[in-house]
Amino acid sequence: MNQIVEIRWHGRGGQGAKTASLLLADAAFNTGKFVQGFPEYGPERMGAPITAYNRISDVRSTVHSNIYEPDYVVVVDETLLSAVDVTAGLKPEGAIIINSGKTPEQLRPQLKGYTGRVCTIDAAAISEAELGKNFPNTPMLAAVVKVSGVVEEKEFIQDMEASFRHKFAAKPQIIDGNMRALKRAMEEVQVG
Amino acid sequence: MGIKERLSGNEAVAYAMRQINPDVMAAFPITPSTEIPQYFSSYVDNGQVDTEFVAVESEHSAMSACIGAQAAGCRAISATSSCGLCYMTEMLYVAASDRLPITLAVSCRALSGPININNDHSDAMGVRDAGWLMLFAENNQEAYDNYLQAMRIGEAVGLPIMVCQDGFITSHAIENIELVEDDKVKAFVGEYHPEHYLLNKDESIAVGAYATPVYYMECKRLQAQAMLDAKDVIRQVGAQFGEMTGRTYGLVEEYRMEDADEAIVIIGSSAGTAKAAIEELRSQGRKVGLVKIRSFRPFPTEEVVKALTKVKSFAVMDKADSFNGHCGPLYAEVTAALYAQGVHEPKGISYIYGLGGRDVRVESIQHVFDELQEITRTGAVGETYRYLDVRE
Repeated sequence: MNQIVEIRWHGRGGQGAKTASLLLADAAFNTGKFVQGFPEYGPERMGAPITAYNRISDVRSTVHSNIYEPDYVVVVDETLLSAVDVTAGLKPEGAIIINSGKTPEQLRPQLKGYTGRVCTIDAAAISEAELGKNFPNTPMLAAVVKVSGVVEEKEFIQDMEASFRHKFAAKPQIIDGNMRALKRAMEEVQVG
Repeated sequence: MGIKERLSGNEAVAYAMRQINPDVMAAFPITPSTEIPQYFSSYVDNGQVDTEFVAVESEHSAMSACIGAQAAGCRAISATSSCGLCYMTEMLYVAASDRLPITLAVSCRALSGPININNDHSDAMGVRDAGWLMLFAENNQEAYDNYLQAMRIGEAVGLPIMVCQDGFITSHAIENIELVEDDKVKAFVGEYHPEHYLLNKDESIAVGAYATPVYYMECKRLQAQAMLDAKDVIRQVGAQFGEMTGRTYGLVEEYRMEDADEAIVIIGSSAGTAKAAIEELRSQGRKVGLVKIRSFRPFPTEEVVKALTKVKSFAVMDKADSFNGHCGPLYAEVTAALYAQGVHEPKGISYIYGLGGRDVRVESIQHVFDELQEITRTGAVGETYRYLDVRE
């Protein structure tokens, strides 16, 4: 990977899009990459649209601007599709990854003629089933890794398991739930 | 060597503070520097440092507490941003004139109004004449490295020092960083043993005394001398830091200046964006470069003049306006330095950019170089006072 992979996240304040972008930066860092993870700050409040970014590369990127022509766009909240121009600048050879129970075919008409890959992952359903709560970050992260290939899959799974074991040392059932959510998301992400 | 990590700029500065373990921190939270005292207070609470943390009710009190502590013989630190720095201003002058080497981390942010929480350099530039040493960082690594060097510099010349980085752009961005081991930091920074201090029972001194016209100006002359002396100290400490880490620092960083026809002079995170712009233009055969100001106080006149003497045109990038009707504060410094050295050939323009978090893109910087190329080609400077990426 010689070039810089640029990712833009769209979420709503309080949903964890910023945290997810930082988790992706962590995962990529742990596999030896140079990373940037940063949110676009403003007068945000719960529920308002927010944007976060990642740059991931083998050499350090010195650029400190927002990302306008991302390789990948991640939409953590499906309702943003009608509120925000989520595909603005998105490269056709890249992909958009949307947290939704719908199929890529069902969502494509809302994407203003975007010609690249449209991917969906029902992160909410996976999270509810495996963790008992709607924490979409882990399945979203896994889907992004699967679609983008920005981190090697096997390394990613090992690394995430190690970090869950560290983070939830006292709650092994959460580790297993998260790992199931992670693996399911990698298998269930639909690419259209 | 070193420890490979990924940290935000604020985390990196708080980490450096933990490693140094100063005697006193007095701080009041303000976006986007809030995380610094927040992280540091958890170090205090966890017993990782034995610093006295003073949770004051304002920035004026934060600096007042630092002055008291440093005068007593302690190492005192604080952190702030924006109007918090403004509110400290009165005491910043007192700290400098009392020759107290306090260390202040600044995550730079715009000033009101309109109210805005994002980055520019209006806060730091607003206190540029307070008598403080001022270092600026391009990224989290430099924010950390500058902080580790700051006390050595300030204590050597007896002046307080500000360690500035760009609010949010680096303060809240996670990036790779190489940290220095705790024991090496301790050895590098050393202990603070002031020659004169209030809690010395064997020597009675007064701090903050009144000075009549018979003495006041000599005090100021000594302050000015300390600022002059700081240049060599910054170079020496930067070189020693380089021996330890491989990352050597001076007062400026020159980037691709060896044969540059056009150059920009810039401070902070946008220098990194500009480096990417320069690489792209260089690949098209354009001879472009940049001079990054690391030390704004003292101002690196010799370095700047040497770097710009051979260029045909240059733009000085200011993330703050002086509202003087003709240029930003950095432009005034750069052109004064050139004029004083008798360098009149290069044609220079002032660009005000990135105010209140206006995003600075690779394309923004390339536009500036295109304008410079036109000036070089035609020899006509045109308007010297310009705004970048603004709707007119």
